[in-house]
Amino acid sequence: MITIRNLQKRYGETVALKGINLEVSKGELFAYLGPNGAGKSTTIRILTGLTKMSGGSAELAGFDIESDAMNAKLQFGVVHQYVNLDQELTVLENLDLHGQLFSMRKRQRSEKIAVLLDYVEMADRAKTLVKDLSGGLKRRVTIARALLHEPTILFLDEPTVGLDAAIRRRIWALIKKIQQQGTTIFLTTHHIEEAEFLAQRVAFLDEGRIVALDTPENLMQEVGSWAIDQLAGSEMTTTYFKNRQEADRFQVTEGFTLRRVNLEDVFLSLTEKKVLSC
Amino acid sequence: MLRGCLPVYRREMLILKRRFKRQLAGQAVSPLLYIITFGYAMGGDLHFDGTSYLDFLVPGLIAMASMTQAFAISTDINVARFYWHIFDEFQAAPIDNSGYVAGEVMAGISRAMISILIIIGLGTLFGVRLHYSLSFWLAVLLNSFLFASLAVAMAMLVKSHADQSLLTSFIITPMAFLGGTFFPLDRLPDWMQALLGFLPLTHASTAIRAAALGKPVQITSILLLGATAVAMFIMAFYSVNKAKD
Repeated sequence: MITIRNLQKRYGETVALKGINLEVSKGELFAYLGPNGAGKSTTIRILTGLTKMSGGSAELAGFDIESDAMNAKLQFGVVHQYVNLDQELTVLENLDLHGQLFSMRKRQRSEKIAVLLDYVEMADRAKTLVKDLSGGLKRRVTIARALLHEPTILFLDEPTVGLDAAIRRRIWALIKKIQQQGTTIFLTTHHIEEAEFLAQRVAFLDEGRIVALDTPENLMQEVGSWAIDQLAGSEMTTTYFKNRQEADRFQVTEGFTLRRVNLEDVFLSLTEKKVLSC
Repeated sequence: MLRGCLPVYRREMLILKRRFKRQLAGQAVSPLLYIITFGYAMGGDLHFDGTSYLDFLVPGLIAMASMTQAFAISTDINVARFYWHIFDEFQAAPIDNSGYVAGEVMAGISRAMISILIIIGLGTLFGVRLHYSLSFWLAVLLNSFLFASLAVAMAMLVKSHADQSLLTSFIITPMAFLGGTFFPLDRLPDWMQALLGFLPLTHASTAIRAAALGKPVQITSILLLGATAVAMFIMAFYSVNKAKD
């Protein structure tokens, strides 16, 4: 559904993407993770036509994003990390204009908007000005808007950034629901637990390269099953273990936390490897 | 071709509708002050070629407003692009560059037309009676089209909102005062007249004033405005891709 081959992006002397290769299958929920400046948003901006690539190619549902841009754009919806709604317009007007941009007929727009507002539990807010909505509600409108033209691919660039834990969980449930209906989802996030909860496969991006790509379970297994966090002075150290027995045998002198390994550990171990190799 | 033109235009009109009262009041202030200060108080006894200064001034103000208000669309585009990121929504949609530019240009022309109607209304209140012939409206339309297209091009090429303000200060404001709006250009030295002959607003104010005062309109002015407007639209069309990183 999403094919990326040797994707490169340079901004002058800075190389943001150093040859990304990736395949995302139909209906998959794929998480694209990495630290700030790793190139996550740049990848999404290229795939959605906002930024020019410096090299390589990409296809969305079989349509080349450069040579067949119009058809490629019909295939996806995008939710950016910022809320790019018209604040002075109502929820309904924002959605309706989006439908018009995608050449949807008036009746089709009205029907679909009603369904989607219901879907994101905002049917009673249709005539509210966007500027009067909370951050979480604005985010739900951007998701509804991205789904309006019935895309087969949904790009979610940090969809829960700046939202509190309760609202984040509601957005996660919504994302799961969208994926269960067959939409391919390409997600970038800073919240590692978000990827762990939602994604079927995960890619870790660092300095413009993919440094790991697998299912969350496989990636976590490479690190271990259990972890002990210890505070030594002002520094936190984490030790990983293959099983609980090994962890139980580990001698700790001060306060510690025994817990299951998570994707954050994968992320940290990848980063540490990089630091050690420097 | 022109795919997406109508939704882009409708969006600007919806926003204009929301701001209509504020916009109307804002667009009436400057012309009212110019008419009172320059036309009524200072220029009350002035005449140029048998025309009262007020009758001379109002067509100039119409030419100026068709430029400034059409160009003002650049500020809205910039706010949408740099602050609200609405431009990203257009770029990710299956619309043509020509459709986007045409929608914004039509919005710029609409703004200019509102302003012109306000000036005509204010002029009428002060006893100004002009000829609103086909050639008058043609010159007004071409001038608005030209500056709305320039506005879109500039909004695409600038890298920040501050750059846009600079362009207005260095291009639009001098043109507004030196493009034959407030005084006849034959009062200036020949070299300066020749220089100002390159400004589109000079041709717009000449053509609009001539039509408004019932005098023959120079076809060269209309042709120049038309050719420049087409050139500006083409520049705007190619500038849209430059807005991508």
